[in-house]
Amino acid sequence: MDPLLLSAATMTSCLGTGLGATWESLRARRCGLAPCHFETVEIDTWVGEIEGLDDRPLTGELARFDCRNNRLAERALGCDDFEPAVARAISRFGADRVGVFIGTSTSGILQTELAYRRLTPEGRMPADFHYAGTHNTFSVADFVRHRLGIRGPAVAVSAACASSAKVFGNAARMIQTGLIDAAVVGGVDTLCLTTLYGFSSLELTSAKACSPFDAHRDGISIGEAAGFGLLEPLREPVDPSAVLVAGIGESSDAHHMSSPHPEGAGARAAMEAALASAGIGAADIDYINLHGTGTPSNDAAEDQAVSRLFGDATVASSTKGATGHTLGAAGIIEALIGMLAIRNGMAPGGLNVKQLDPALHTRYLLDNREMPIDLVLSNSFGFGGVNCALVLGRAGRLSAARAAPQP
Amino acid sequence: MARPSHGRHDSLVAWIDAVGIVAPGLENWKQAAARLTGREAWSPTPATLAMPPILPPAERRRTGAAVKAALISGHQAVTDSSYGADALVSVFSSSGGDGDNCHAICEALASEDRRISPTRFHNSVHNAPAGYWSIAMSARPASTSLCAYDASFAAGLLEALCEVASARHPSLLVAYDAPYRDPLCSTRPMEHAFGLALVLSPEPTRKALGRIDARLERTEPTQLAVAGLENLRRSVPTARGLTLLAALAELEDRGPSSVALDYLDDLCLAIEVSPG
Repeated sequence: MDPLLLSAATMTSCLGTGLGATWESLRARRCGLAPCHFETVEIDTWVGEIEGLDDRPLTGELARFDCRNNRLAERALGCDDFEPAVARAISRFGADRVGVFIGTSTSGILQTELAYRRLTPEGRMPADFHYAGTHNTFSVADFVRHRLGIRGPAVAVSAACASSAKVFGNAARMIQTGLIDAAVVGGVDTLCLTTLYGFSSLELTSAKACSPFDAHRDGISIGEAAGFGLLEPLREPVDPSAVLVAGIGESSDAHHMSSPHPEGAGARAAMEAALASAGIGAADIDYINLHGTGTPSNDAAEDQAVSRLFGDATVASSTKGATGHTLGAAGIIEALIGMLAIRNGMAPGGLNVKQLDPALHTRYLLDNREMPIDLVLSNSFGFGGVNCALVLGRAGRLSAARAAPQP
Repeated sequence: MARPSHGRHDSLVAWIDAVGIVAPGLENWKQAAARLTGREAWSPTPATLAMPPILPPAERRRTGAAVKAALISGHQAVTDSSYGADALVSVFSSSGGDGDNCHAICEALASEDRRISPTRFHNSVHNAPAGYWSIAMSARPASTSLCAYDASFAAGLLEALCEVASARHPSLLVAYDAPYRDPLCSTRPMEHAFGLALVLSPEPTRKALGRIDARLERTEPTQLAVAGLENLRRSVPTARGLTLLAALAELEDRGPSSVALDYLDDLCLAIEVSPG
């Protein structure tokens, strides 16, 4: 693919509000997870909850979008000078020439879950319920579009836990056709009863903080997060240190609705496609941010795919021990953690591991490692057998790697 | 990926290689073509949603109206197309997904016993039809699942056209909708399940039904002349694609035409339909 400049970015999760706070937490190896006290949920599990979302309703023209998911989007959009960067893109290219691509798994479904508890005596939805602005999957993309004053194409991508990795592909394709000049990509998912009780029904939630790649890992911790990026084609030469989205690979398992292919065949196909799309080889990758959810089968399948492609040469970790599994937001926030790893020269080590699973062969980092990082691979996989891998990298190193003959 | 073959002001081009449809009174492309052109009378008989035997029986029992509408229309289109399912990247687009399943989950979560079944949960993801499709057809290429509320048909077509244009790769669009139950249905009224699938090719194929040139335009959406069909078009987001099918069906008798499909706000996806 033609690399795209990641010209602005922001993320908010239980690790903190904005990129600075996120990186501080990762550097300090702080786990953002805590025992679940969300809403009225009675499940013995840990979650990555973001404080204070209930206190800041959306008002005025945006009141119809008021729900936990869009409140989180609002909070994230206010950080890291993201809005001014989008405003500059709009003034440069025109509001019609900017697109919006937002990944979400459950959007504002919490609003409907709560409304079902207070139906009218006739069994109707309460009068203050707004389906389109909250529950509907598109609501978060529509909110972002209105909030930022964008008038170009807009869509929500909802492919379970790969949603906001896949938005990079949708945006890249539309930019390549020349239909738009810049794209706001994002991912937003918030805690709700459907995912907490749903993953619990599958016995996939851990009773402690999740521990990806641990020998005794026993499930996920659900988190919530929002991340956004501004993508632009390379119009003029960029600084060699600029971070680019260099490759995107997507595949389908065609195996099972809620279990990965046991040997990670689809995961491997996505990683290979991402490397080919970036025009680089596996040996060029300095750090892999794994999907690494912490369920026994997910980590085992991903390990097979990663270790067969990378051997034990490339360091890797899952950051879900810190953030929890943020579902539809995981793709973009982990890509942005990859961007921070490149900028700061540190690969974040995995958290909560007491004993690394000896059956797994990936070179899994248990501690933060200071090292030069130029090229990062980030994995996202989801229900329905959907797989997506992204390559991000420094412009200078990417050009050199693409120029070198591939083995 | 190859470089785009056109500049920024040009339109997105593809050939419609095959069509699948399952909707009230429109149960396959041949029937739909006859009824959309007025050669046959149309009446809103609910679609039967009879699934072809492409899923194992256990999986088939787990599928609701949304998955059925998606898979039936997708299967029709791929059966009639020049390509196998494993050669097509796919775009699934729906304004809401599986309404019955969503209702059942919300009802359980509001009750004393909040347990929901694992099947209900994995069927709740918006990309469930894409997952079932890939399993049923052993389709391993990339697949995306989209929602743009009332604009979902045009948003899906736009994405499928971008796949064709950016990678010169044939793509399958499956647009589908299914009604909610009450009480959600009162806030999001929709009467019918509806599936509409298109196989799009980057080049003319022997089977091609026509060529489409699409671009975004601020204009009014095209309507259908027959009142009943126009009501259907307005009442289900996927049905917004019926004007495109009508133009395609009329190609032989009336020649090239243009249609504007509802997109966001005052934006339309304007499409020229020609024999190509």
